[in-house]
Parts: sequence; structure tokens; C-alpha cells
Amino acid sequence: MPIREKDGLKEWQRREPAKQYAIWAGWMLGGMLFVWCWALISENTIWEFLYDADEQAASLIGRMIPPDWSITGSLMMPLWDTINIATVGTALGILIAFPLAFLAARNTTPHASLRAVALAIIVSSRSINALIWAMLLVTIVGPGIFAGMLAIALRSIGFVGKLLYEAIEEIHPTPVEAITATGASGPQVLAYSVWPQILPAFAGISVYRWDINIREATTLGLVGAGGIGLQMNAAINNLAWAQVATVFVLIFATVVLSEWVSAKVRHAVL
Amino acid sequence: MLTLSGVSKRYQTSELALSDIDLTIPAGQVIALIGPSGAGKSTLIRCVNRLIEPTDGKVQLDSEDITRVRGARLRQARRQIGMIFQNYALVERLSVMENVLSGRLAYVGFWRSYFRRFPKSDIQQAFHLLRRVGLETMFDKRGDALSGGQKQRVGIARALMQNPKLLLVDEPTASLDPKTSRQIMRLICDLCREQQLAAIINIHDVVLAQQFVDRVVGLRAGRIVFDGSPQDLSPAILTSIYGEEDWEVPADNEDDDERSPPEDRVRTLTVDAHP
Amino acid sequence: MSLNGTSAADVQRLQQLQQGVWSPLPLIRRRWLRVSLNLGVLAYVIAAWLSVDVNWDRVAQGMDRGVEFVASFMSPDFVSRSGEIFVGLQESLTMTFTATIIGVLLAVPVGLGAARNIAPAPVYYICRTIIALSRTFQEIIIAILFVAMFGFGPLAGVITLAFATIGFMAKLLAEDIEDAQREPLEAIRATGGTWLQWVNYAVQPQVMPRLIGLSLYRLDINFRESAVIGIVGAGGIGATLNTSINRYDYDTSAAILLLIIAIVLLSEYFSGYVRRWTQ
Ligand SMILES: Nc1ncnc2c1ncn2[C@@H]1O[C@H](COP(=O)(O)OP(=O)(O)OP(=O)(O)O)[C@@H](O)[C@H]1O
Ligand SMILES: [Mg+2]
Repeated sequence: MPIREKDGLKEWQRREPAKQYAIWAGWMLGGMLFVWCWALISENTIWEFLYDADEQAASLIGRMIPPDWSITGSLMMPLWDTINIATVGTALGILIAFPLAFLAARNTTPHASLRAVALAIIVSSRSINALIWAMLLVTIVGPGIFAGMLAIALRSIGFVGKLLYEAIEEIHPTPVEAITATGASGPQVLAYSVWPQILPAFAGISVYRWDINIREATTLGLVGAGGIGLQMNAAINNLAWAQVATVFVLIFATVVLSEWVSAKVRHAVL
Repeated sequence: MLTLSGVSKRYQTSELALSDIDLTIPAGQVIALIGPSGAGKSTLIRCVNRLIEPTDGKVQLDSEDITRVRGARLRQARRQIGMIFQNYALVERLSVMENVLSGRLAYVGFWRSYFRRFPKSDIQQAFHLLRRVGLETMFDKRGDALSGGQKQRVGIARALMQNPKLLLVDEPTASLDPKTSRQIMRLICDLCREQQLAAIINIHDVVLAQQFVDRVVGLRAGRIVFDGSPQDLSPAILTSIYGEEDWEVPADNEDDDERSPPEDRVRTLTVDAHP
Repeated sequence: MSLNGTSAADVQRLQQLQQGVWSPLPLIRRRWLRVSLNLGVLAYVIAAWLSVDVNWDRVAQGMDRGVEFVASFMSPDFVSRSGEIFVGLQESLTMTFTATIIGVLLAVPVGLGAARNIAPAPVYYICRTIIALSRTFQEIIIAILFVAMFGFGPLAGVITLAFATIGFMAKLLAEDIEDAQREPLEAIRATGGTWLQWVNYAVQPQVMPRLIGLSLYRLDINFRESAVIGIVGAGGIGATLNTSINRYDYDTSAAILLLIIAIVLLSEYFSGYVRRWTQ
């Protein structure tokens, strides 16, 4: 804590003056940027639409209530598809992310150039949303569940890969040395000293991603990649908001359930 | 049996951590490696099993130059050399039994070890070793459920599972209380005598070392400055290893539990499984 | 041997061990639970396998296009649609920035209200409901609703992202506050200031560093989402990306994706730097 002499009295200050000025300058810049951004957005906005936004909202909600329960039965199969997309996609993603993480971790990678490749794959997968992957895959493998599964898998690779390789880099090195010193082979060293150390992280990351993927899988149908999103899209296009509301309720229930399952599993492994 | 000739090690950043070490250890001899912190003790023993690559020189184990071999031959060499660590280096999430059996990894194939299908003889040997170190009822416990002394016993059992010719021991007692330190030191030295093992023990406690080993090697700034029997360690020599200090004072009150013979020492901690 | 904690099963395992028979303890020790879990997983795999039907012919047909897409990363086309890409990215970035700031500012009161230890019960439940709604529904779904209410354009996007930010930040903030150390909270309350003073002096210092870190993280997420919500007309680069993909103009798609990846990388680097600086 810097203390400054002022009029013969010591004055306490929270920060060094230079740092304080830098912080003020930062706030100024941020504020100006915000105003500029806002101006740009309002330029591209048709404000006339907003005059009746409250009416629009009210009528939208009015048409959603009560939800149209009659379609609930026909939504069960799409819901099952959604869960399968999430689950199989997660499994596929983990399968690919697992070796990738070992290539990407500084302490287990066989070669620096392989590490760079693995990191590039991880960051590409992570930067691109499942929905974008789904759009692409629908044009490649055709619409349907398969595109959805691949999209979920492609997005999960980066997520699981990143968290897992960070976990690998954080293991204690001495057990690895100890197992190496027994004359164990490379795979044995991984299985006996690295794997036990990352097991809890691995399980936690996997169910966490599965939980996220359930949510993401609900939307993939919007671009034709299967699941309950297809029905949602159809209902929206028909302006059948009561049916949309039913889909929302089902999604909500599924997500709450998956969150509960994932919390339980994570609790069990830790 | 083990011969180091002209071994040197230079870390990327610093000056020589080891310079031109010549050392020969006959079969069955237990030596203590002493020296101040940073003298290069850990570096030296890690150069023997190539956890650290020596920059220069030869390490010969029974006429094979370990510094040259790679791959399977290196693993073959390593399995003849057991290692015991200051911080035990157990795999904490594995059970005691799995930790001990990991000493056999170089003897079994990957899938066998992966599915924990070790040969019957290995399992029996693990049991006998666990009994010898007094932990046979703990075999299902997880590594992180043990006390420091117990962990070190598991570490010892793991090293002996390799049926090594040589033990490398890096400060086995530095994290333990004085009494447990003694017990562990005694256990290691007894086991070496029983099985005719040679051992290099890095240790800071000179008095403890003197009581148990056949030979003492003093290291200072990466060079051997003393090599002789424990009795020859005079204050003058200690000064030449560690620097100026009054060596006479702490040595007086150091002979508390010499009464009970080694075997009993271990037994008192042993839970007998067969009433 | 009847030492503490040794059961008949343990004795049996020890005896077997002596004979050289040993296998590790199963992860789940209760047999019925283990068996039924395994059966459940098996049943799911079979059911999923049977219900998923993939049109392999269609997949095989698409392989050429797949190869084409991967190859397009070697020859990304930044030029032909540079105008649209520029405008789209600019819009995405402005939306991201504005929405993050608005979202974080609004998340603070919601987060305070959702912390059990400082909020009264009715406020607590209202705030928790907001959080649950915002977290359950993906940005794209919320964007559809807001586009229906506010019309096409970046404003709907900003509101969408801000709403999603509220759920994300407020939940973590509330957890932080609930975990915050009790002593400073009580010590400062004992000095008898107003509620706002109390929040300022006791709560804020404990949660501020993480709040900054999380805001930066959310900035990153919002940017990625801003590339998606354009699909439903909520502004940003998403619309351009969507068009290029639907036209099989993979070279342009690759260019956009590469730009997104680069911006994410940059922002990650930058936020790492800021985080170190604020600590
Ligand atoms: N990984 C490393 N990189 C760079 N220098 C190192 C490394 N490990 C050790 N050194 C240096 O090598 C020298 C010898 O270290 P070493 O660990 O062998 O000493 P030591 O005798 O075992 O000390 P201690 O009694 O503290 O364990 C020291 O100067 C140390 O700084
Ligand atoms: Mg050392």
C-alpha cells in the first residue's frame, strides 16, 4: 500500500498513482467503445419495430399459454433422438479427444510438432459452435440425426480435449518418474501413473459436456440436424406458438433432469 | 557391479551439477551419499537409471553401458534398479496392492498389466513383501489413505518387487519423524543385506547414515570429496563436505532405540493376520 | 482377526491373496448396483443402436463434399465477399461487446438477489427463475423469440446475448457470494452501514477478481454465439456464414471460420493477460 506525503501528513492510497491512471484510462476507453458500439447497433435497428414490442411480447406469450399438450405424445420420439444425439455425440467426441489430449499435453506429447497440430485441432473445434458444425454437416452428410451426432462430437472434441490436457499437465510428476523407473513401457506408464491421476477430472469433464450437449442438441433441428428442434422449427414456421410452448416445457424438463444426473455422477466420482 | 566413469551433468541453465564422477559399487554394498543441498546427490542417482540423461561419461551395470541403450534394453536395465523416493511417489489413487505390483510392470505385457492379471507368483511375492514391511492387511487401502511411514514402506515393497540388483534411494526419511526415519532406514538396510542388494542412499542425516551403511561418499558441488568407511567421518571431513559448523554437539543424544533387534522393530508394527 | 473395520469379506480377500489370487476391488462394491448399472448401459446402447437409422448412401454421397470442405481450409477466400464479411464481423463484435457489458451490469443485481445468504425469499425465487430460464434455453431459441418481438437486426441479438449473460454470470456470482467468507461479511455489517455500503465493502472485494475473469470468459462465449444467432436474423456474421454454407461456397465459409478461430484465440490470449494483470 503506497503512502504519500501530503502537507507533511502521510496519506494512504489504494494503488500506485501510475496504475490508478491506467485504470481510469481503461474505464474511459471502455466507455467510449461502448457508446460507439451502441451507436452502430442503433443505426442498424429499425426502431419503429420497437414501438409495439410490448404488444408483440404480450400477444406472443398470450398465444403460448396454455401450451398445446395434445402433441406431447408425438414429441417423445424426437426427444429420444435428441438424447441419443447428445449421448452418442459426446461419446464419439470423447473417443477422439482422449488421444488428442495426450498429444496436446506438454508432459505426455511425443513431439512438439504433434502438440502444435493437436492444439490447432482443439482450438478450431472449440471456437466453432455445434450449430455451425451442424449446418456444415447437413450439407455434407445430409439432414438427420447422424449430422447432429457428428456436430456434437466435433464441438465436444475441443472442449473435452482442452480441459483434459490441462488436467494432464497438472498431474504430479513423481509417480510418473517412479513408474518409469521400474522399467515400465510407455503405455504402462500412462495406464499406471497418468490415468489414475486424471480419472476424476476425466469423469467430471465428460458428464459436464454431456449435460451441455443435451441443451445444444435441442437446437440442432433448427438447421435440420435431427431431434426435437425439428418440431420446434416447424411449429415456429407455422406460428403455432402453443406447440412451441409445449416443446419449451419438454426441453426444460429434459435439461433439469440431465443437470440432476450430471451432478449426481460428478458427486459420485469425486 | 555398478561403475560410473567420468559422469558429468550440465543442466541447460546452470554450471556443472556433476563433474567427472568416478564411482564403483560392488554387489551387495550399501553406500550413503551425503553432501549439502544442491551438491548433486539427486542428479547422481537419477543419472544411474537415466531419469536424467548424463551429459558425459559411462554408467556400467554388470558390463553393460546403460548410457547407450534405448527402448526395450533401457527398460530391461531399469527393472534391475529399484528406486525409492523422498515423497514416496506412490500413485495415490491406486490401492496398496496395485502400487506394489507396479514394480512388476517391466515383467508383464501391457494388457496383462492393464487388466491387473499378474502371475500368481507375482501376487504371492507382493504378499510376502507386504508382510515383510508390515502392511499385509492394508493391501486394499488406497495410497492416499496411508501415513507417511506406511507410504514409504509401500514404496520399498514396490522397489523390491522388481527383484533388483541395485537400489537407488533418494532421501527416504526426509519427510518422516525421527523414529519412523530410523525404522525405515533399518528396514531398507536389512532388506539389502537379506537379498544381497547394493544400494545408494542419499541422506542428509549423517549420524543415521553412519549407523547403517558400509561406506560413505561425500559430494560437494558436483565432485566426490570423500569416499571411505563411516568411522572415518571426522569433523574435519564433515567440514570439507558441508562447510564450517560445530559437529560435536548434536551427535550426543542420538542412540535411543538401539535396544530392540531390527526384526522386532518391524514386528511391533505388524498386524498378525493369523491368530 | 477382528481389528477395527475388517469384515468377513476382507478376511477372505486376504486369505485368497496369500494363495496368490487377487483382483482389484470393483469401483462399485455393491454387487446388485454394479450389475444393474452395467445392464442399464447395455440396454441403452442396444435401444439407441436400434432407433438410430443412418442413410449411409447419402453419407457416402456427401464424402466428396466433405473432402472439398476440408480442402477449402487450404484455400480460404477472404476476397469475394470481403464487404459482407467485414460488416458481419463488425456487427458481431459490437454486439458481443455491448451485450457483455449490459449483461454483466444486470447480472450483478440478479446475482445478489439469487444469493441465499443475503437476499430475502421472494427476491431469491424470482432471481433463481430468471437464471434457470436463461440457462436452459440456448441462445438461438431465445434469439427466435426476441426477433419475433423486436424485429430483425442486431438489437434482438444484443438483447439475446445480454439475457444469456445474465443467467451465466448471475449463477456463478450467486455461488461465489454464498461461498464468500462469513467473517468479513459479519464484521462489516456490525459497523452499521447501509446495505449498499455493506455490499461495497464486504462482498465486492471478495468476488471482484473472479467477476472480471468470468466477464472476459463470457465475452469469448458471446462472440462465438454471435456467429450463430445471425441464422435466425439476430445480426452478426452468422447470416453471411449461413448463406455461404447453403451455397456450398466453402472457400468463403472457411475464411469466416478461420477469422472466428483467430478472434477467439486472440481474445483468449488477451483475457489471460488481463487476468494476470488484475490479480
Ligand atoms: N531440472 C533442473 N534444471 C536445472 N538445474 C537443476 C535441475 N535439477 C537440479 N538442478 C541443479 O543441479 C544442482 C544439483 O541438484 P540436486 O537436486 O542434484 O542436488 P541435491 O544434492 O540432491 O540437493 P538436495 O539435498 O537439496 O536434494 C543444483 O545446483 C540444482 O540447482
Ligand atoms: Mg535431492
